[in-house]
Amino acid sequence: MSAVNGTNGAGGTPKISLRGVRKAFGPKVVLDGIDLDVARGESVVIIGGSGTGKSVLLKCILGILQPDQGTIRIDGEDTTHVTGREREAVMRKFGMLFQGAALFDSLPVWENVAFGLIQGQGVGRREAKERAIATLGAVGLTPEVADLFPSELSGGMQKRVGLARAICTRPEVIFFDEPTTGLDPIMSDVINDLIVKCVQDLGATALSITHDMASARKISNRIAMLHKGKLVWVGPTSEIDNSGNAFVDQFIHGRAEGPIQMQIRAF
Amino acid sequence: MNFLGTIGRTTLLFMEATGRLAMFTFMALSHCLRPPFYLRLIGRQMVDIGYYSLPVVGLTAVFTGMVLALQSYSGFARFNAESAIATVVVLSITRELGPVLAGLMVAGRIGAAMAAELGTMRVTEQVDALTTLSTNPYKYLVVPRLIAGTTMLPILVLVADIIGVFGGYLVSVYRLDFNPATYVRNTWQYLEFMDVVSGLVKAAVFGFVIALMGCYHGYHSKGGAQGVGAATTNAVVSASILILVLNYLLTGIFFS
Repeated sequence: MSAVNGTNGAGGTPKISLRGVRKAFGPKVVLDGIDLDVARGESVVIIGGSGTGKSVLLKCILGILQPDQGTIRIDGEDTTHVTGREREAVMRKFGMLFQGAALFDSLPVWENVAFGLIQGQGVGRREAKERAIATLGAVGLTPEVADLFPSELSGGMQKRVGLARAICTRPEVIFFDEPTTGLDPIMSDVINDLIVKCVQDLGATALSITHDMASARKISNRIAMLHKGKLVWVGPTSEIDNSGNAFVDQFIHGRAEGPIQMQIRAF
Repeated sequence: MNFLGTIGRTTLLFMEATGRLAMFTFMALSHCLRPPFYLRLIGRQMVDIGYYSLPVVGLTAVFTGMVLALQSYSGFARFNAESAIATVVVLSITRELGPVLAGLMVAGRIGAAMAAELGTMRVTEQVDALTTLSTNPYKYLVVPRLIAGTTMLPILVLVADIIGVFGGYLVSVYRLDFNPATYVRNTWQYLEFMDVVSGLVKAAVFGFVIALMGCYHGYHSKGGAQGVGAATTNAVVSASILILVLNYLLTGIFFS
């Protein structure tokens, strides 16, 4: 299935490889056999309406949720049921920007950014603070922000700090959970530019979920569309307008009429 | 049939909750024994639970001691047993009222705060964020609170014992015109080492239960502000009931 396999940097093992991933909550099947490969250095965006299981898919890859069936491989290693210290080792390859930034509100900004360095890698606090301030600079924040608390920042600034936290440990894979939700169009574009820049600078692999098409077009090489627990279309971003897929067409044009019916219940 | 179904469903829910709590306790305890240890966080929790609870616990203790002296006087004066007041005060405080009242006050103050803090962290995905930063949430959030709760409550209760006895002394000497030296002598005369130790052991158990309930309900809260509110209520109510039940069981073990 050529649509599933990565096009960029192909030849080696895919960075992330999902095979037949299935997850149900009680009788509700949320993911129904997901196959997806993300090549090294590639940026894939998963689009889909609210409640289609995008977040669940991301949490399965991160190991926060366990899939019922199927395998998840990172760098060719099966990490589906890895726990404890081995899971922490896998996590060191990852960075994640959460939808609501999920900053630790009991810690100042710089400790948030340096958290992975101090707790995960055992870097000293002084060096970690210097690196945190440098990373804050990379996302366009001045050193004065470092000593503020997250609650003192606007939503856009919190997203920037969340991005800085995600990239501070120089991860190999970065996940973005709805990076532009709740931001004005200008700030959305700023965040999109930062995402593209950071991913390129790090040479990282990126997997994002969003329903913001402007964002999806800007930050991705490939787009996958999730609907009712299945990937109904996977293809290069340049082909999204000519996909010939009724689901994709309805979604990218934001039409109420079409094959997609809105979900009422969240998971 | 519907009636039987309700019983079955309730039983299953109860078993499920018990199992989940047992798993949570086991996970938390096993992480207590394995490095890394976050000493800075343990210290911060100790200050929060121990130092900042001192005013509340102290006030509770002093008034309890004062009331005990007044009440036992009005009773014992009827059969000329006023000299037993000092003993009644010190035994009641060290064996029962010190640990139980301090436990209940701390459950309201600390258990609620823990559940609210962890619950908010859960619903704003901060707990998931910890996992993605290679940090185990049990180790980072739960273990410091359990250790601080278990170690700080005995110290608080020891302070409460002293303040409570002092409250009884104040009322007896300044209001009931007892001889101060006699009162202090009577306080020491029948007090045994075990009376104080049993109270401190109870306190350690209560401290563990308060922290466990706060963390458990906070950690498993869901559904936004309402869920966090429910978690806070459940933490305080379950900790308070467990304190009263365990107090009876422990008293049975110590003084059977």
